[in-house]
Amino acid sequence: MPEQTLAVLTLEGVRVTVPAGTTVLAALQNAGLSPLRRSLSGEARGALCGMGSCSECRAVVDSQTVRTCLTPVRDGQNVRRLMEVNRES
Amino acid sequence: MNPEWDAIVVGAGPAGLMAALTAAQGGLRVLLLDAQPTPGGQIWRGAAAGQRGAAGDLLRDVASHPGITVLSGAEVVAAEAGKSHILTVTSSAGLTHIHAARVILATGATERFLPFDGWTLPGVVGAGGLQAMSKGGLDVRGKRVVVAGSGPLLLAVAAGLRQKGARVLAVAEQAGLPGVAAFGVAAARLPGKATEALELAAGLRGVPYWADCAVVRASGQDQLQSVTLRRGRREVTLACDYLAVGFGLMPETRVAALLGCSLDAQGAVEVNVWQATSVSGIYAAGEVCGIGGVDGALLEGFVAGCAASGQIERLRDAPRRAEIQRQFQSVLERSFALRPDRLPTPSPATIVCRCEDVRHGQLQGFTNWTAAKLQTRCGMGACQGRVCGPTTETLYGWRFTGVRAPLAPLPLSQLLAQPTVLGPP
Ligand code: FES
Repeated sequence: MPEQTLAVLTLEGVRVTVPAGTTVLAALQNAGLSPLRRSLSGEARGALCGMGSCSECRAVVDSQTVRTCLTPVRDGQNVRRLMEVNRES
Repeated sequence: MNPEWDAIVVGAGPAGLMAALTAAQGGLRVLLLDAQPTPGGQIWRGAAAGQRGAAGDLLRDVASHPGITVLSGAEVVAAEAGKSHILTVTSSAGLTHIHAARVILATGATERFLPFDGWTLPGVVGAGGLQAMSKGGLDVRGKRVVVAGSGPLLLAVAAGLRQKGARVLAVAEQAGLPGVAAFGVAAARLPGKATEALELAAGLRGVPYWADCAVVRASGQDQLQSVTLRRGRREVTLACDYLAVGFGLMPETRVAALLGCSLDAQGAVEVNVWQATSVSGIYAAGEVCGIGGVDGALLEGFVAGCAASGQIERLRDAPRRAEIQRQFQSVLERSFALRPDRLPTPSPATIVCRCEDVRHGQLQGFTNWTAAKLQTRCGMGACQGRVCGPTTETLYGWRFTGVRAPLAPLPLSQLLAQPTVLGPP
């Protein structure tokens, strides 16, 4: 099997091609999609810890809320940010 | 009887990799778990098996050893010590129960964050955090970065980011110059460290290093635009894209806590000379036992792997080497001890708990974690106090008692499913 070096995913409805081995977080950041989410009081937020502990990077990947810093990019992924102010986890 | 592994190693950084390899060489069937998508831990994140150097060698040896099964993207959500220890693990394979005769904890460390005005702005990130993000593919080329907080990690982060093309404007350290110098001298005495220090210094040529420096505030509208630092009596404001800020590393002891392992006064897992914890059959190695860097972690991983597999004859030299590491560790602790007058001061409106947006002013009146949590929801959000728990220890002197299962957020599908049992091949 040839090594796959690129992944095509959809970020907020836009198709982007990124190197395999990167995180969904990096894909979002490199696409300039900031803020990543809104906090309970409506503040703009972005990733903090980069290693899975703070949950600030969470977003919806293929209809599941995940920590994007722990999520590798895969072909065909659909990524949406959590921009509504609510208790969504 | 459930199928049982001889040993589970939790964490695939240097300590965990070394522990797994050593235990497998002693004949144990080992399962190596790690939360990241690939093994290596934070320091060797993105390193490839077989690449030149210690990381590549160890990653290759672990990957090719028939006695080791590696499960990446796997997080421990619950743990119970017993005759056979049981870990509950979430991964893309779903929720699984894993039984093992021995557990080696190599869960590493996380960064300490302290709140100040503007620290919740996008663009304010951990120091180790920005390094992790850049290793995860974040493009930092041409980005203006201020690195701040405390500890030798700041230097490594600054050098690493620079190498990736970032413009590091300054490194702002809260510790004083004498402490930093004492650390430098101790580090240079360790075998092999002098060259490393020189390389680091070369990587940082031209970057101002400010000791005695406090972070005052971050400013911007929905995005970081500048950071204000205090040097002596003067405030300095730097326009930047990222503020990479962390106040040292803390042992990541949550799994250890669930298993009932005793912690020491510094909050690290207590171990004896064989890296055995207070709970029978459970060992710990690396930064979970105290912050000391990669060489100490490798050594402790080796000792834990030998001890867990009964290879006592291989341990001849270990106590002496461990002593050298421990001395280094205590210099490190003293050199970068947090100084209250150099730490950021939150205002009443500064958010302390980022998940629930609980502010400093709401928390100041409380005397302990539990009361504050019940009244304000501090620590009850998505991160379950992983960020604000330790913060409140530093700010208010509370003891953070919020570690409970599940340790990681579980997808609904896994909450409802019956866990399967993952046994050895
Ligand atoms: S950035 Fe903290 S969990 Fe992803």
